Amino acid sequence: MKYLMFVCTDSEPDTDREIEQDIDTWMAEHDACGRRLQSMVLSPKSAATTVRVRQGRLLVTDGPFAETKEVMVSFDLLECADLDEAIEVARTHPMARGGRLEIRPLADYEQVTA
Amino acid sequence: VTEALPVAAASAVAAAGAESYSRIVAGLIRVTGKWTLAEECAQEALALALERWPKEGVPASPNEWLMTVARNRAIDNLTEAGAERGVLGELAALSLGETEPVGADAGSAAMVDDRIRLIFMCCHPALPFEARMVLTLRTLCAVPIANIAKALLVTEAVLNRCLTQAKAKIADAGIPNRMPSGPALTERLRCVLSVLHALFIHGHDAKGEPAFSEEAICLARLLQRLMPGQSEVSALLALFLFQDSRREARRDPDGRRITLETQDRTRWDADAIAEGMTILSRVSPEGPYGLQARIAACHATATSPKETDWREIAICYDELARIQSTPAIELNRAVAHSYAYGAAVGLALLAEARAGAGLDDYPHSLAAGVDLTPRPDDRLRRHIVTAGRHRRS
Repeated sequence: MKYLMFVCTDSEPDTDREIEQDIDTWMAEHDACGRRLQSMVLSPKSAATTVRVRQGRLLVTDGPFAETKEVMVSFDLLECADLDEAIEVARTHPMARGGRLEIRPLADYEQVTA
Repeated sequence: VTEALPVAAASAVAAAGAESYSRIVAGLIRVTGKWTLAEECAQEALALALERWPKEGVPASPNEWLMTVARNRAIDNLTEAGAERGVLGELAALSLGETEPVGADAGSAAMVDDRIRLIFMCCHPALPFEARMVLTLRTLCAVPIANIAKALLVTEAVLNRCLTQAKAKIADAGIPNRMPSGPALTERLRCVLSVLHALFIHGHDAKGEPAFSEEAICLARLLQRLMPGQSEVSALLALFLFQDSRREARRDPDGRRITLETQDRTRWDADAIAEGMTILSRVSPEGPYGLQARIAACHATATSPKETDWREIAICYDELARIQSTPAIELNRAVAHSYAYGAAVGLALLAEARAGAGLDDYPHSLAAGVDLTPRPDDRLRRHIVTAGRHRRS
């Protein structure tokens, strides 16, 4: 299954700083077994623009559509057998401690349209 | 095959159902991944048994008879739907053969009982907690929706929606039908045990007794048999047995609750207590449930509140407070110390807990733990009442 992993900041990161995991080790490990398909890092949320069209009129506003303290900083596309495997991949990501991760499967298009 | 009286046949169906329903459902879910199909096929097998066994007699292997019927129903259903041959072949091979218990290094075990896989699936932390309870009750214990709804004080429509959403999440999110391995096993086992514990204490029947304590005990027995190396599983079963041993002594004839220290201890179930002690003696109970079981064992084996081993209880609460400090634990710890070493020690601990905001936002600070903790002396009680009253200040 393909999972998109949203990497977000969190207002309460882990206070235990003993074991620092680094992102290079994480990437190398999951590239080697083919679980990390792609990663993208986002520009700061100050660079975000929201676009809507209502009754034919274009509405362009500054900033992300959801005004929260926690922001998405990057995302990774993962290939995992199931949720438990995806959770194990997320567990060792440095931002699991420094922030929070949301893992969400991509919808199975054939199943959705069937 | 012998002719059977209708009543005898009906009780044979009930007995075979109790023994094999969850195994049939678990096996069908593993192979097909279809929950509703699995439950429907198992229920149809029971319905057919109720119809046939009174006329044709109870078959020599009632459990296998049920499995065969359920399996064939599933095969028919999936053949119609154009299922793959592999799935159909696996279905045809499904039987109720005993599987080996899983050792402490469980991950390597190739043959894991289907019910174990299913319970880890039902109690997956990615599901809402209530859904875990409902799925477990419905799928593994075959409790009717109406009974679950009544005990959990929700409507059947709400429960059905909860079940539908949980099953959709399992399919969409890819929650697997397998037992976790490595470090995840300990964490996930904790999730399973917390669901069983919630089943044991949550929801009440008409008499005010926990509605699903029997189901929880039954599941704990199953886990203990299939995962004998896990001391927290054994400890939880022992804890259940100690608490359940007081079932008959807990209420007066009018249904009013009798506190632990005024209960008639001769009415406690001595067999359940002895079984709990034997189970506990075989493991090293150092985890949260182990410590709670040790505390419950002290109460269960004491001839009177005074004769209770309060020092052992105080030690257990110290350890519990260290690993998972909660207001209830802090409060009970203070009480245990007051009995073991005098009210001054208990009061000091209580003051400490209040200073550390340990009792803030603690609702029902008195009602909780009533069953385990005898009432403290008056001076201490006044302080606890005050602590409870000022919790929001």
